Parts: sequence; C-alpha cells; structure tokens
Amino acid sequence: MHVGIIFFLVILGSVLFHIFTPWYWTDVASNWGGMDDTITLTFWIGGGVFIAVCLFMVYCVFKFSYKKDRKAEYKPEDKKLEKILTWATTLGVAALLAPGLIIWNQYVNVPKNAIEIDVMAWQWGWQYRLPGEDGKLGTTKVVNINDNNPFGINLDDPFGNDDVMIQSDVINLENNRPVKILLRSVDVLHNWYVPQFRAKMDAVPGIVTYYWFEPNKTGEFEVLCAEYCGVGHYAMRGGVEVQDKQDYDNWLQEQETFSDLIAKQKILEDEKTKLAKK
Amino acid sequence: MSEDFNDNKTIQAQSSEAISGGGSGVGADADYVRPAEVADQDLYHGHSFITKWIFCQDAKVIGVQYFLLATFTGIIGLILSWLMRLQLGFPGLAPFMTAEHYYQFVTMHGMIMVVYFLTALFLGGFGNYLIPLMVGARDMVFPYLNMVSFWSFFVAVAVLLASFFVPGGPTGSGWTLYPPQAILEGTPGSGYGIMLMCISLILFVAGFTMGGLNYLITVLQARTRGMTLMRMPLTVWGIFTATVLAMLAFPALLVGALMMSLDNVLGTSFFMPTILKAGEVLEYGGGSPILFQHLFWFFGHPEVYIVALPAFGIISDLISVHARKNIFGYRMMVWAIVGIGALSFFVWAHHMYVSGMNPWFGFFFATTTLIIAVPTAMKVYNWILTLWRGNIRLNTVMLWCLGFIVTFVNGGITGIFLGNVSVDVPLSDTYFVIAHFHMVMGIAPLMVIMGAVYHWFPLVAGRFLDEKLGKWHFWLTFLGAYSIYFPMHYLGFIGVPRRYFEMYDSPYVTSAVGMNEFISLAAFIVGAAQFILIYNIIKTLKVGKPAGHNPWQACSLEWLTPTVPPEHGNWGDRLPTVHRWAYDYSVPGAKEDFITQTTPPSEVANTEVEKT
Repeated sequence: MHVGIIFFLVILGSVLFHIFTPWYWTDVASNWGGMDDTITLTFWIGGGVFIAVCLFMVYCVFKFSYKKDRKAEYKPEDKKLEKILTWATTLGVAALLAPGLIIWNQYVNVPKNAIEIDVMAWQWGWQYRLPGEDGKLGTTKVVNINDNNPFGINLDDPFGNDDVMIQSDVINLENNRPVKILLRSVDVLHNWYVPQFRAKMDAVPGIVTYYWFEPNKTGEFEVLCAEYCGVGHYAMRGGVEVQDKQDYDNWLQEQETFSDLIAKQKILEDEKTKLAKK
Repeated sequence: MSEDFNDNKTIQAQSSEAISGGGSGVGADADYVRPAEVADQDLYHGHSFITKWIFCQDAKVIGVQYFLLATFTGIIGLILSWLMRLQLGFPGLAPFMTAEHYYQFVTMHGMIMVVYFLTALFLGGFGNYLIPLMVGARDMVFPYLNMVSFWSFFVAVAVLLASFFVPGGPTGSGWTLYPPQAILEGTPGSGYGIMLMCISLILFVAGFTMGGLNYLITVLQARTRGMTLMRMPLTVWGIFTATVLAMLAFPALLVGALMMSLDNVLGTSFFMPTILKAGEVLEYGGGSPILFQHLFWFFGHPEVYIVALPAFGIISDLISVHARKNIFGYRMMVWAIVGIGALSFFVWAHHMYVSGMNPWFGFFFATTTLIIAVPTAMKVYNWILTLWRGNIRLNTVMLWCLGFIVTFVNGGITGIFLGNVSVDVPLSDTYFVIAHFHMVMGIAPLMVIMGAVYHWFPLVAGRFLDEKLGKWHFWLTFLGAYSIYFPMHYLGFIGVPRRYFEMYDSPYVTSAVGMNEFISLAAFIVGAAQFILIYNIIKTLKVGKPAGHNPWQACSLEWLTPTVPPEHGNWGDRLPTVHRWAYDYSVPGAKEDFITQTTPPSEVANTEVEKT
C-alpha cells in the first residue's frame, strides 16, 4: 500500500514543483520566443505522457499487488493495442518535431538586413568588431594578430580599414535590429551565450561559425562562455548592452576604426623616428 | 546485422517445425528437440588458487571480477561527485577545491561512470555471468580470451588511476576530451594526464573487444538445444545487441584517442588548426576540432545504448519474474532492442547541434533522434502493460523496477526536449543537460543494476540479501536521486551553464544558491546510502537466509543449474534442453504459476500455453 502512495506523491510533487517553481526562464529578450513556446508544448505532451505512464504504474501497484490465490493474466501480446500505441506515439513525436524544425529553419536562415558582428574569443576573453560604412567586415587570419592588429585583419583587404574595433568584453547592440554573430576563436572552443537571447553557438578555431537573433528589450545582459574552454571557463564573462537607435548611434560614433588605429600608430612611429634623428 | 536476422528466422522456422513436426498432439513427439550440432565444450579446470580465482577462465568468476573492479572504480567516481557537489553547494568550504581540481574531478567522474563503471558492469559483469547460464552453455566460447579481457580492463583502470599521481594530475578536459583544449596548457593535465587517459581508453577498448567477441559468438554459436534466438531472455538480447554496438562504436573512440595522442606527442595536426597561444602561433595548422567531436560522438551516442540496452533487457526480465506475468509483447521488445541499436548509429550529431558543424545537419539528426523515441516508448508501454493484471510481488527487486520506470520515463522525455534541435539551443550546455543524462543514463541504469543485484545475488551467493536493508537502500536512493535531478532541470531553464566552477553573482543565478545547497545535501545522502548495499552483502554472506533452488520461481535457465551457486561448467553431466521461451508465467491450467524453459510439453499437457 505505502509503495503506491509514495510513488503517487512523487508524481504529484513533480507536477506541483513545476507549477510553483520560482526557478524558471529569464524573460526572453530576443526574437526566439518560439523556442520557449516549443518547450511549453513539449512540457504539455511529454509531461502528459510522464504522468499517464506513472499513474498507470501506480494503479497497477495498488490493484495487482501479490495475492496468493490470484493468478496473473496470460497474454503474450496484443497486436491491436501495440499498433495503436505505436501510431499514437509517432503522432505525438511528429507534433513535437514539426515546430522544432520550423524554428530551426529560421535559426539557420539569417535575415538579409542583419548587421554582422565579429566575435573573437580566446582564453579567456572576448572582443568585437563591427563593419564600417562599407557594411562589410575585412577578412582575417590568426597569424596576423599582434599588438598593432588585434583582430588579425588582412592588411590588403580594403573592407578591413573602416572596421569598428571594440577591444572590450562588452558590446552594444541596437534594439529591434537583427544581428548575425560571426564567431571565431584563436585557441580552443568557446561559446558566446546570453541566456535571455536563448541562442548560442560554439566558436571553433580554424573556422567561422554563426547564429543570429534580434534583441527586443533594452538593457544590460551578461555574456557567458557556454563551451568548456579550460580552467578559466567559468570566469569568461562579457556583457551586452541593448540600446535604442539614438543611443546606439552615439555610442558607435565614439568607437575607433582600424584606420584610426593604424593612423595613430603611424604618428607614434613618426615621432619615434623624429626623436631618433634628433 | 542483417545476417543475424536471417539466421534467427531460419532457426525459428526450423525449431517450430521440429516442435510441431509430430503433429499438434501432445506426447513424446512434441518433446522432440533437434540434436546438438557440435560436441560438448572442453573446459580448462583450474586447480590452484591462482587459476581458480585470479587468472580464472570461468565466465562466472570473471563476471564477478568485472563487477567488483567496476564497483571499485564506481565508488571513486562517487567520491569525486561528492567533492564536486561540495564545491557547487558550498563554494570555498574546502580549501583544496581549486578550479583545476574541480575540472579534473568533473572529467574523471564522467569518464569513470560512463565507461569504467556502467559499461564494464553491464557487459563485463552481467554479460559474463548471465550469458552462458541463460543460453545454456558451459562457459564462454573463448575462456582464455575472456580472462585476458578482464586483465586488460584491470590494467586500463590502473593506468587511469595512475594519472592521479603524475605531474599535472589527471586530465581536466571534461569527459568529452575535446581538442584543442584537452592538449593545450590552460587545461589541467594537458601533458601526462590526457596521455594516460588515451592509453587507458585504448587498453579498455582492446580488452573489451576480446570480451565482446566472446559474448557475440557464445550467443550465436553456443546456445543449447532448443534455445532459439526468439526464446532467449531479453537480458541476453539486450547484452547481445549492446555488444554489437560496442564492436562498431568503440573503434571510433580508439582512433580518436590515438589521433589525439599523436597530436599531443608527435605534433601532428589531425584536430589542431592554427592556434595563437600567449601571443605565439603554435606549430599546428589545418586540423579540425569538429572531426574529433564526430569521432567521439559516433562512439558516444551508441555508448548511451551500450549501457541502456542491457538495462532494458534486464529490467524486462525482473519485471516479468516478479509480476508473475510474461513480458508483454516479447517480439516487439526484441525488435525494439534491435531497432534502437541500429538507429543509435544515426543520431550522434544531436550532441553537436551548437558545435559549429554545418547547421543543416540539424534537420536530419533531429528527425532520426525523435524517431528513436518511438521504439523506446514502446518498451516503456510494454513494461507497464506487463504489470497490468499481473500478480506483483512488491519486494526490493520490484521496487527498483518501479523506480527505473519513473526515472527512465522522466529522463526519456527530457531527451525529447534536447533532441528537438531548436529546443536544444537554449538548453544545451546548461544544467538541463546534466539533469537529463544523469536521470536517464545514471540513475535509471543504476536502478536496474541494483534490482539485478538483489535479484541474482541468491544465484551467485546462494543467500537472499536482507529485504529490510534493501528497502532502506531503495527509498533513500530513489527519493534522494529524484530530488537531486528533478529540480536540477530548472537550473538549466534559468540558463545556468554546466562546467562552471563558480557562478559569482550573475544576476539571474542568485536564486539558484539555495537549490544548489539542497542538491548537494541530497547527493551526500544518496552516495552514503550506497554503502548500505555493501554492508548488506557482507552481512548476507555471513548470516543471510539460504536461497535454495530457483528461489524466485523463475522460468529462465540460469536458475535451473544442478547446483546453486552453479559450478564451473554450469550444467553437470548433461546440458539442458529447452522447450519454450523464458516467460511462461501464470499459464492457464498449469499447477504452478511458472513453467521452466526445460519443462517438456508432455509434462504440461493440459495447459493453454502459447507456442514459442
């Protein structure tokens, strides 16, 4: 008797925990609310199956526990029942898969008007690069990276000169404008993840990976590294500040471009040579 | 694989012909079983202590050896998990818990539990003990190879544990061992630690292949007269199919470990692209880190089923015996095991949705992953339908079975979240994943192991384990483990990432502090509760209630040996002859509520038994 009751309480407790939990999603701050909806749908269908199976089991425990004078039923199979269960399960699974694939289709197809952001990761930090007025990012190479060229931009690539360089682990984004995050890493795997945006993707050394989202809430968010990257993994944080267009434009104006940096270095070098001549 | 199916069909056809060959009437003709095709196996009988108990060729002793060594490493894994929970629940309490140590413990805990505990225990432990007994063989077909298999495992464990004592300590690269990080400074144990890990895995795979060949060939070639494939207990089906998977999956791990060792030691670049480290470009270039992930998960996903399929098989038998009812839909269960096994090779990249592989793969792998849910669900339905109108003994064994159903269904359903590609995006690399795979691949198989221990201990040792201690053990483990992993899913919803040594004060995570303390306390209790079993075993060996012959009144062959516990050679002078499947419980018209597999039809003439 008590066995069935305890199992019943476990099921009931699970349901109550789910209803009253104070631990749940952060408010979604991007266009990926559909992911939350699919999770909710999966909860309804999957949770329903979980409750049904467990309650059936509890019922059996109550109803059919051992009695000396009773004999169990002898019924090796029931083709019809098995067929019904197979098709019902297939249907339920398909109902979950369909929305999942539809959203994935949106996830892998980036809108044309998305602004590209180069997110560069290393052990253990982030920095960002935005395209300049030409709207295109310059190409890069790991071997180019040095103090004068922190992003490793190919110097012969004309698109690189006006790239906006943000040598900080915090980046600003414009509210309601889709961004395509282009991820690269110079050493090991990393993953640029903001829980409120829901989206994530690994940064893999040697290739450029991507994902996109459209922030729809202004405010500051924390960036976490979501792919284990060595002993400093847990400390590899960054930030995002989502701003309205006006504020964002102001912020963008203040940032340095690659040509600014080169010019600045040239001045420094000229001064050095002048000093040497004197 | 397809050859097995054909083989199985013809044998089935032949045998049913043989049984019904003398007409449908009941009599001596109905008892006819095809004669044996090969002579009885000659066995090497050990005489000294060393050949009997150490370098032993008896599959039963080897099974126990595997079981004990796997349990020993499992206890180390358990202690490591305590240390991890200590840090997560009460950060800063233990001064020796640096981030380096934390990541080393995470890595060793994961690898030990998955490979050296669960795999070795299910296949090496239960496989060795049960396969020959359940199919009616005298031993494994290659006893010497079987012995070498265990000792390779022993050396693999020794090498693995040796890594705790080398400079730099064991590898801290996470159990997935992803390069480039695994072999670069910045990860603990990136020199000797990862090298020993790779060597240990290579030894494990080599040893396991020797054992695996034994299991496969014993099942295919050494079954006794009348034991058709479709009469085998599901335990054997589960272990057999899992071994086929292991034979195909472990080579991927082997080459992955080998190639990474070459990258590490000789400076090749299989997995290493151009890398900038501390301002310097390393002498690597052109390799692909994602290639390793493909190799790893091509092993890693079937590995999940290498653990799950034997568990499925064993639980089916336990439920059937203790519900006094045939397993519902036996044929469906067999095909589900085989189908899940085949499908498990087409789903591996669902571990890699956000790995940076071509995202278009996501469509394919999400679809295959959710398809695998169908045969898995059918198995669950059949387990609970076996309980329906059964005559359920609510003993300790059955409690573990019920606990398994709850945890497995729970973990299976969270698997549908994670398999469904776009739902996986927010949840991957969070505590939701940790909770999911511990529920479905940690706790659920553990429930099966425990159920199996309480079930077969009377066979191995001839005495019953104490029921009262067993019930304490069960309730503490089940309720404790459930309250660890059920709430943990919700940490994942918040977005708490896995493999974080410390969360600092991330704004949305502060609410998780209380839960982390609770989970850690529960983990300490559940871990400690496992020692009840050890106490129970020691106590039982001394003063336990003698079990006698076939104490659970089971149908399957392992309980029908002339002596209990079975001796070397299992069957005395004559091999058993099998007349039916392993599930003739509560047959209408029969005197008792079970008919053993060796009972000829003429002895149960007036029963309405199904032809099998």
